[in-house]
Amino acid sequence: MTTDVQAGAAPGYRAARTLPIRAEWRRQWSRARTRWALGLMVLLPLIILVAFQFDNGGDDNGGGEFGSLIDLATSGGLNFTLFCLYVSATFLLVVAVALFCGDTVASEAQWGSLRYLLAVPVPRARLVAVKLVVALGYSGLALLTLAGTALAVGTARYGWEPLRSTVANEIAPGAGLVRLLGILGYLAVVLLVVAGLAFLLSVSTDAPLGAVGGAVLLWILSSILDQITALGAVRDLLPTHYSTAWLGLLSTPAQFDDLVKGAISAVVYATLFWSLAFWRFARKDVTS
Amino acid sequence: MSPPLSRTRRRLLAVGAVLLVLAGAVTWAVWPDDPDYRTQDARIAVRSGPNGDEPVDLDTRLFLPDGASATDKVPAVLLAHGFGGTKESTYADAEDLAGIGYAVLTWTARGFGRSGGQIHLDNPDYEVRDAQRLVDWLAARPEIRTDGPGDPRVGVVGSSYGGGLALLLAGQDPRIDAAVPMATWHDLPSAFLPESTGQGPVDGVFKKTWAGLFFGNGAGAGLGALGDSAGDPAAVAGALAGADPACGRFAADVCAAYQRIATTGRADQAAVDLLRRSSPATVLDRIKAPTLLVQGTADTLFPLSEADANARGIAATGTPVRVAWFTGGHDGGDGPQSDRDRIRFLMAQWLDHYVKGTGDTPSTSFTWSRITGFNALDRGVVTSGYSDPAYPGLGGTGTGTVTVTGPAQPVANPPAGNPAAISSLPGAGGGLSSFVNGVVTDLPGQHARFTSAPLDRPLDIVGSPTVQVRAASPTGEAVLFVKLYDVDPAGVATLSSGLVAPVRLTGLPAEIGAAQPVSVTLPAIVHRVEAGHTLRIAVATSDQAFATPAQPTVYTVAVPGDATAVTLPTVPGEPIASPQVIWRYVLVGLLAAIAVGLVVVVLVVRRRRNRHDTSVHPEYADVPLRVDGLRKVYGDFVAVDRVDFEVRRGQVVGLLGPNGAGKTTTLRVLMGLTKPTEGQVHVFGHPLVPGSPVLSRIGALVEGPGFLPHLSGLANLRAYWAATGRPEADAQLDRALEIAGLGESVHRRVKTYSHGMRQRLAIAQAMLGLPELLVLDEPTDGLDPPQIAEMRRVLKRYATDGRAVLVSSHLLAEVEQTCTHVVVVNKGAIVASGQVDEIVGESPSVQIEVSDAGAAAGVLGQLAGVHSVAVDGDRQLVVDTNGTARSEVVAELVRAGIGVERVVPRRRLEDAFLALVGESSSGSGDR
Repeated sequence: MTTDVQAGAAPGYRAARTLPIRAEWRRQWSRARTRWALGLMVLLPLIILVAFQFDNGGDDNGGGEFGSLIDLATSGGLNFTLFCLYVSATFLLVVAVALFCGDTVASEAQWGSLRYLLAVPVPRARLVAVKLVVALGYSGLALLTLAGTALAVGTARYGWEPLRSTVANEIAPGAGLVRLLGILGYLAVVLLVVAGLAFLLSVSTDAPLGAVGGAVLLWILSSILDQITALGAVRDLLPTHYSTAWLGLLSTPAQFDDLVKGAISAVVYATLFWSLAFWRFARKDVTS
Repeated sequence: MSPPLSRTRRRLLAVGAVLLVLAGAVTWAVWPDDPDYRTQDARIAVRSGPNGDEPVDLDTRLFLPDGASATDKVPAVLLAHGFGGTKESTYADAEDLAGIGYAVLTWTARGFGRSGGQIHLDNPDYEVRDAQRLVDWLAARPEIRTDGPGDPRVGVVGSSYGGGLALLLAGQDPRIDAAVPMATWHDLPSAFLPESTGQGPVDGVFKKTWAGLFFGNGAGAGLGALGDSAGDPAAVAGALAGADPACGRFAADVCAAYQRIATTGRADQAAVDLLRRSSPATVLDRIKAPTLLVQGTADTLFPLSEADANARGIAATGTPVRVAWFTGGHDGGDGPQSDRDRIRFLMAQWLDHYVKGTGDTPSTSFTWSRITGFNALDRGVVTSGYSDPAYPGLGGTGTGTVTVTGPAQPVANPPAGNPAAISSLPGAGGGLSSFVNGVVTDLPGQHARFTSAPLDRPLDIVGSPTVQVRAASPTGEAVLFVKLYDVDPAGVATLSSGLVAPVRLTGLPAEIGAAQPVSVTLPAIVHRVEAGHTLRIAVATSDQAFATPAQPTVYTVAVPGDATAVTLPTVPGEPIASPQVIWRYVLVGLLAAIAVGLVVVVLVVRRRRNRHDTSVHPEYADVPLRVDGLRKVYGDFVAVDRVDFEVRRGQVVGLLGPNGAGKTTTLRVLMGLTKPTEGQVHVFGHPLVPGSPVLSRIGALVEGPGFLPHLSGLANLRAYWAATGRPEADAQLDRALEIAGLGESVHRRVKTYSHGMRQRLAIAQAMLGLPELLVLDEPTDGLDPPQIAEMRRVLKRYATDGRAVLVSSHLLAEVEQTCTHVVVVNKGAIVASGQVDEIVGESPSVQIEVSDAGAAAGVLGQLAGVHSVAVDGDRQLVVDTNGTARSEVVAELVRAGIGVERVVPRRRLEDAFLALVGESSSGSGDR
């Protein structure tokens, strides 16, 4: 008996060096949808900025929390970024993350290239881990691209102003930037649920559209259920229940309680989904 | 043993199970709890009034906890409702108390709902005496614990109107063992006619909006509180029959007093005396029941000062008193969940010790809460709790001073108090958020401002700030409203809880220079002023919530010396650990657990892998591929039954079989894509499992090409090799490209390729790095004849220097021309195997086409060496010559006069294979 795990391998082959992250990153970058998705993250703030230029300020925009965010959106770069995040957090970012995480394995299965990766052989756990890390990397990049672009164009257009909100006093720009980073961090954590769900579906199907669409659909379903107050305590268990808790970071002092609960919920769901994904993929017969 | 379930059924079962669990969880969460108490409605007739002889019917409900009986007696709680309510309004609280083991008696106070009588405002002779009779009634109940004959073990709990009753009852009836009055008053006339320089209610400023709300509530009590029959006009008419439309169900004296006050905006002594009879202030020195006073910070009706006065009055006699403030009240409602939980805990602790007799003596520490932000999810406020060892009163345990400055300013009193500043919205029902979202307005010209410099450090105000102001009035009198604003750097002013200090100043000079400073006690608040904020004292002439002089006047308002110190009481307080904090530990614990779990999983996997048998099978060490007893079953479908073969160095082995024979499944197992059900595969002596490193010595094309369609052929090969992680030089890319023979097309995107081009590219990919074993599944699929010929040469050449090739095909000719060895499979089992030339070599059988098959068979049957003769069609014969020369056979036939048209030698492989394919190659499906 020997402990040489590379026994019998071709010269130069090491299991731990297969499918390097760099190779997978390039593999995904070569795809048009990756660049389109990231491009959209750049485009969205610009579109919003242009739309605000056409705002004649005369009409009312519905009022309420949302209305006030619109009113405040043009008060500075930080607020503009906040607005961009607010409008994209519920759908656009969800779709982007579902795209990166849901498409990654399923599309390889669809092209038939998955079996060749496994025959390299890329160990299954490594394949899943690398795919997941890269998908999360692109998801994070999308989030940062959106926020970064919004902050850059927003600051260029509206200036480096304090972060304002209707729920609390204005926050100095420096501290406001820290809050904004906190919001980004929390959004990233919440989106882990989408990432987990999409990835689980991705290893379970050969249809990329099914994985991406399924994850988005389930997310929307959860959001709808969360609107039904009659469900009572069940709502607390829904993965989307705490998805807007980041608004607590606008309050002074920042409210962390719901963020903590939201983070717990997201981490539990994501861990569950990913564990299932690993477990499933390690055991499944790859037939496509 | 039950038969194994099919895959679909197992999936359906799994989905069903998940749905069942989900449905169960939802049902469990939504299903109403089984009550752990029983209720009993009764109309209890009591006799009250000054002489105790005026009968009145009270609508009551008794909550008895499960298990309460004459042998297992329980303590009781009288639970009184707020003004305008009925016994139904306290239902939830009664459930709570019953749940912790108290018999709870709720009732509708006289003058409300279905109870009889008139509203006397918690008059000691009426409402309070009613409650005493209910105590008698409780004492007579067999389930209620008693301290002596006619003396039940009973506490009294109530909020607002009910809280006033609780205090008055505790003062009037020594049988009460504990009282928990919430959000209630000390002195009713002062509460409705407050004056913040210390004058009595006769000189108070009438809180007209709140008073009007209550009066309207009581006058309409016949309408609003009838419950389910309210919609029935007859019932309404009946309830109001005989009632004075001006007074509704108010007692005449109360009604008259209200009308006098509301008309003039001033109280006469008679009215004050009437209201004072309904005030705990008169009985505090007689209260012996330990009292937990709960008061709200968002309460412009009964502000914190009411509870403060009660606390001092009761404590003066040595009775235990505890004070708790919560963020809520008549303006703020029940407050946030954290406050409700704290108050509920304090109440249970208080009652348990002083009524039930369990638990330690509750401390008399002072607890309160402060708004610390907004809840993003339910849009409510978030509060943090604090505690201090003893109740410090409204003066705090320390004080801070902030100097406000400003010149003397003229302010106009609007005629008839209109338009008026808005400080609070009585009866709006609690948006605490409204205090922050800016309903508060001061009207220009009607208020004076005195502002401080920005604070250099935050200040936690807990108590009543005081400030000195001076005023001049041409009439010698002025009604003013003094307010303390917290102004943030952006200029947004916050009036904590909308509380204002109304003052009525008399004997004022006409000139401000002659005005004497008066000290104004501002309402008690809990508020944190952040560093960088300024404080503003505003002195306004009008307020929508109060009655102000109708006469238009211009006053002058100043602070002493144009700069005066505002004294701000502070209590540092220990933060009460919010139960929410536990979630942070949960999160940290969760992350730690995940990290540990991850490490454990990695270690276990690594250990298992290390333990994995990596020994080399000595016999097969130099055999590229050895398959033993391979079997693969999908559900109840046997894809491969039993396959054994080997591929040795230098061989090109053909795996020949019709579609669905199990070739592809075998190759899938070889590539580690599928786990075999049984059997073993050794590659160079290494046992093969999915992901075995030895797979790196195999190049494969299985089930057609798989490429990234958006990349060029070349980029695909590079991307594939990058995924192997092996040195780029090992790829031998040029050789692979040469084999692919795609020319310039290699730079085109794969999605533009023809089927054959993809196939060639896939073979090139399989050859990258020149693996020692090449496994190709139908390699010539889609290739044109010259390419097929070329491919044959390539494969033959490939196997020359110690390498080996395994080719699967359903075409006999292909295997024959390409391979050195062949394995024929059908229906998942091997039917023939060996060297191609051996197998392909001439068979002893020959096919002969003759003019008369029947005659020929007869002739050949005579021949000694011929074993068998089979008639195949009417002119075809298959003859097993078994050593007899073919020429001999033909000669014999010719001799017999039978015409021989054709003699075709047959080959073994063909024999075997055609028989298989001939049987049925359709409908077997793709394996």
